[in-house]
Amino acid sequence: MRSDTDIQQDGKVLSDRVLEKTGVAVARCYQCGKCSAGCPLASEMDFPPSQIMHLLQLGDFPEMAEKALRSHTIWLCLTCEICYARCPMEIDIPKVMDALRHESLAQKKVNPKARGILAFHRAFLDSVRYTGRLFEMGQVIDYKLRSGHFLQDLLQAPWMFFVGKLHLLPERIRDRRLLGRIFARIAKTRENRP
Amino acid sequence: MKTGFYPGCSMKGSAREYSESLLAVARELGRELPEVPDWNCCGATAAHNIDTDLALALPARILAAAEKDGMNEVLVPCAACYSRLSVTRHELLDDEALRNKISGLVEADYQGTAKVVNIIEWLASIPDLEAWVKKPFAHRVACYYGCLLVRPPGVVKFDRPEEPQSMDLLLKKMGAEPIDWAFKTECCGAGFSVSRTDLVAKLSGLILEDAVSRGAEAVIVACPMCHLNLDMRRPQIEKQVGKKINIPVIYITQALGLAMGIPARKLGLQRHKVAVKLSPRTAES
Repeated sequence: MRSDTDIQQDGKVLSDRVLEKTGVAVARCYQCGKCSAGCPLASEMDFPPSQIMHLLQLGDFPEMAEKALRSHTIWLCLTCEICYARCPMEIDIPKVMDALRHESLAQKKVNPKARGILAFHRAFLDSVRYTGRLFEMGQVIDYKLRSGHFLQDLLQAPWMFFVGKLHLLPERIRDRRLLGRIFARIAKTRENRP
Repeated sequence: MKTGFYPGCSMKGSAREYSESLLAVARELGRELPEVPDWNCCGATAAHNIDTDLALALPARILAAAEKDGMNEVLVPCAACYSRLSVTRHELLDDEALRNKISGLVEADYQGTAKVVNIIEWLASIPDLEAWVKKPFAHRVACYYGCLLVRPPGVVKFDRPEEPQSMDLLLKKMGAEPIDWAFKTECCGAGFSVSRTDLVAKLSGLILEDAVSRGAEAVIVACPMCHLNLDMRRPQIEKQVGKKINIPVIYITQALGLAMGIPARKLGLQRHKVAVKLSPRTAES
């Protein structure tokens, strides 16, 4: 049931691309709803996990795939793995969420409500890229700059410093050049992806 | 048998008392825990949210370094790092083409010889742990496993995903009385501690309220993220639930250390947001 306006890449609809990337066939989901019942953040989501699965199953209609990619849900998913552990069909839903996040990012369809969460992830990875480890204080400052949440947790810092949990300088690994090469190679393969 | 230690970034910073207490306990037990040489961050939630190759490459470099150093197993006390390392090992051993691709990315020939071990497995492998207990930790405790020690079951193959028992058994050996409760494996909000503190306060509040209402005197954790959310985020949790919650959150290695008679300061108990004040009592069972 495909229309001419299908959003397809390589002639494949979203559920096919998810299958290719993750090996997970969303068609196997029979909508029991156990994932949504157990999901700790289902009440915060625009579509609970079972509905995301349903959107993918209806992915021949481009507007359904679009809803999944633009959903707040895919960024709220904590990867707590409760849905996967309880799914009677053993469908790896967190892995599907990862694939949807990657596609949402690549197609620049990230839900505006998820900007803070994404800013946090990006600040985290930048810290790892340049030092090899997470530099907590540097990351939080980077996150504040990206998200605009300047005042948040400001009072936490002196307490953390006082109890010896806050380092003012990053720990750096020796082979940072290798880390740089790994990040560069991955960025290159991402560019070459269709 | 050489056991390596992967502290991960949290244990060097906001969760340093987890590392301090583990190393204090290991010293007492006569176990050496050399760090994985020149280890890097596992990538945590951020990496797998952004890119699958990166999420596999960062842990693969750690595991390859451990392997090269002749380590047969790597102790990963942070449940979040444990999950990323376990998932990576599982996926790379399962798929040779993927293993070759990731090995190429990290410039190592990864074989998967080093096993990934969590803190509960490591403590449970110590023979006669009871014999080390000098001052029984005689308190009612809520053993909080969180998400990633037991899930996904097909990857971690550890304990059971619903109502696990391994941590409860260890606490019993320390002289504690583990309670039955409903939030053993519910999520605390994990990596949203900074970006969505409101959600962390909500989820963590439910966990603490259940533990308190069932009479626990302390929550025992085995993950820096769980500790950060349940302890350091206590002011936000209290605001969310509208009342004061005094229950302390203690790392399993701190509880063991106390039971072994190691001074509280050496276990980093002074670094908690919520003061660890436990009145001496004898467990009822």
